Amino acid sequence: MSQDSKNTDHSGVWILAEQTDGRIGRISRELLTRGKALADKLQTDLTAMVFGCDIPQADLQDLIACGADRVIATEAPELATFLVEPYSACAARLIEQYRPEILLAGATSTGRTLMPYLAIKIHAGLTADCTVLDIEPETNNLLQTRPAIGGNILATIKTPVHRPQMATVRPHSTRPAEPQEGRSGQIVRLEAPPELLSSRVRRTGFTPSSDEMNIQDADAVVCAGRGVKRGENIAMISELADSLGAAVGATRDVIDRGWMTYPHQIGLSGTTITPKLYIGVGVSGSIQHIAGMGTSDHIIAINNDPDAQIFQIAELGLVGDLFEIVPVLIRKLKAATGETG
Amino acid sequence: MRIVVPIKQVPETSAVKMDPETGTMVRDGVEAIVNPLDLYAIEAALEIRDARDDGSEVIALTMGPPTARKAIGEAISMGVDSGVLVSDRALAGADTWSTSYVLAAAIRKIGEFDLIVCGERATDGDTGQVGPGIAAFLDLPIATYISRIDCSADGVCTLDRLVEEGCEHLEMELPAAVTVLKAIGSPRLPTLRGKQRSRKIDIPVWGAGDLDVESENLGLNGSPTRVVKIFRPQVTRECEKLPAGDCETIENAADRVVEFLTEAELI
Repeated sequence: MSQDSKNTDHSGVWILAEQTDGRIGRISRELLTRGKALADKLQTDLTAMVFGCDIPQADLQDLIACGADRVIATEAPELATFLVEPYSACAARLIEQYRPEILLAGATSTGRTLMPYLAIKIHAGLTADCTVLDIEPETNNLLQTRPAIGGNILATIKTPVHRPQMATVRPHSTRPAEPQEGRSGQIVRLEAPPELLSSRVRRTGFTPSSDEMNIQDADAVVCAGRGVKRGENIAMISELADSLGAAVGATRDVIDRGWMTYPHQIGLSGTTITPKLYIGVGVSGSIQHIAGMGTSDHIIAINNDPDAQIFQIAELGLVGDLFEIVPVLIRKLKAATGETG
Repeated sequence: MRIVVPIKQVPETSAVKMDPETGTMVRDGVEAIVNPLDLYAIEAALEIRDARDDGSEVIALTMGPPTARKAIGEAISMGVDSGVLVSDRALAGADTWSTSYVLAAAIRKIGEFDLIVCGERATDGDTGQVGPGIAAFLDLPIATYISRIDCSADGVCTLDRLVEEGCEHLEMELPAAVTVLKAIGSPRLPTLRGKQRSRKIDIPVWGAGDLDVESENLGLNGSPTRVVKIFRPQVTRECEKLPAGDCETIENAADRVVEFLTEAELI
């Protein structure tokens, strides 16, 4: 089944650009930031691989403007939404043909499904959820650094022989590339080979999320911990989040008590987030929780226990009763952002 | 139906505390437990079996040191019908590629099956790659991040898959593999009868020689990836602690937050 793909005549850095309803998303621009840095170090080209159906030319052009030297779009109605078998089969065909040395994808529901499936099919090494990528100067190998054991350690991993070197990259772990005027590149549109399109999974429908902001995509997240004491008090946390345009997350305790639903859970057995701002309210900061939010850009904590572990990773710590602090904070934030409360 | 549930033993991290002096993990006496997210996979499999009530069976599978027998015992005490431990020194140091390879070979040896149910990921390695990896080796379809499974029909299952933008509704031909989320349902507790059964039941231990595998694909040597170094992240930051115990200090602390957010261009 798997063929050995050893370290010979592979070149170029590739990223998987994801599209939803034909539009390219933010994660693809983040991958372009990563891919461009690696391609520059290796003095090679950056290619964006995209699967879909009727993707607007402007979106493909945008990938070029954001750093890709080449875009290869494989299109068919069967590729309109992610299905692991046809995506994997088409990607394997391209990799066999073009032989890239590095392939990056987002650590998204698509990337974390496609990449491990594909890595087996093409006998490549894969590292999950990387937060740092670099090139080892002596060997030109990709150095892939990722948190492990709940973020308590970081491990740097490489793939010495097998090619391409594959990695999924944690969303929001770098800035999305900005379009630059005057960049040019090649856009290749391919019709997907029909024999690669069969799938034993069919998508029969889709229910979009409610308006609630997804904690993984949010720039700011306010997180409720056990200190909120009762389910009713989540409303106050939501109001604080609204005053900041933030999403609402929660610790495992809060989820296990049924005060919020699982998609809101931050931490080792929930979602890992890397927002610009995290505010923990009544969060003690267990290592399982810190594993899911410790790499946020800025961390503020509110807790009545001055020794709470969350203060060890917070920049700003408010020591006091959250039920007294939060209403004042909401009032001041609304005043500062010019809203009337 | 025959349902296989691959599980993993992991260190019990909730018993771990951070040493405030050194910022390192205190790991003394840390026990090995079944990966908490695998309990949801066991629950999902048991619910399918119980709902069908037609003699369907659930088989737990793990790869690890001889002590990983305990993980299979725990699955059986929850109600799983039987289990297999794959254990061999030749498998040590396997990455997700090689682990998937061996587990796929073990599943082939188990024989006919309809469904493989995996946890979303293990809480130690945290990769989530082995479920899709097993599916790829067995050339099965896979659906990940599953919040609901209906296996009442034969030869096909219907699924809800939670993705970033919402919930996909899928139909998948069997045999197939899934990885499930916590939303699938709360894991049942072990029963007394189950615990008694787990002590008596024979759990076969398969070594590499019992499986149809190539030795060059096993363990560290068979793993495409290599860990180059492990280091501790700098997690401690200088925390500016603001007392907020009365009206005045609360006002001041809130003003400081607004100032901080403004300086950092977050509002």
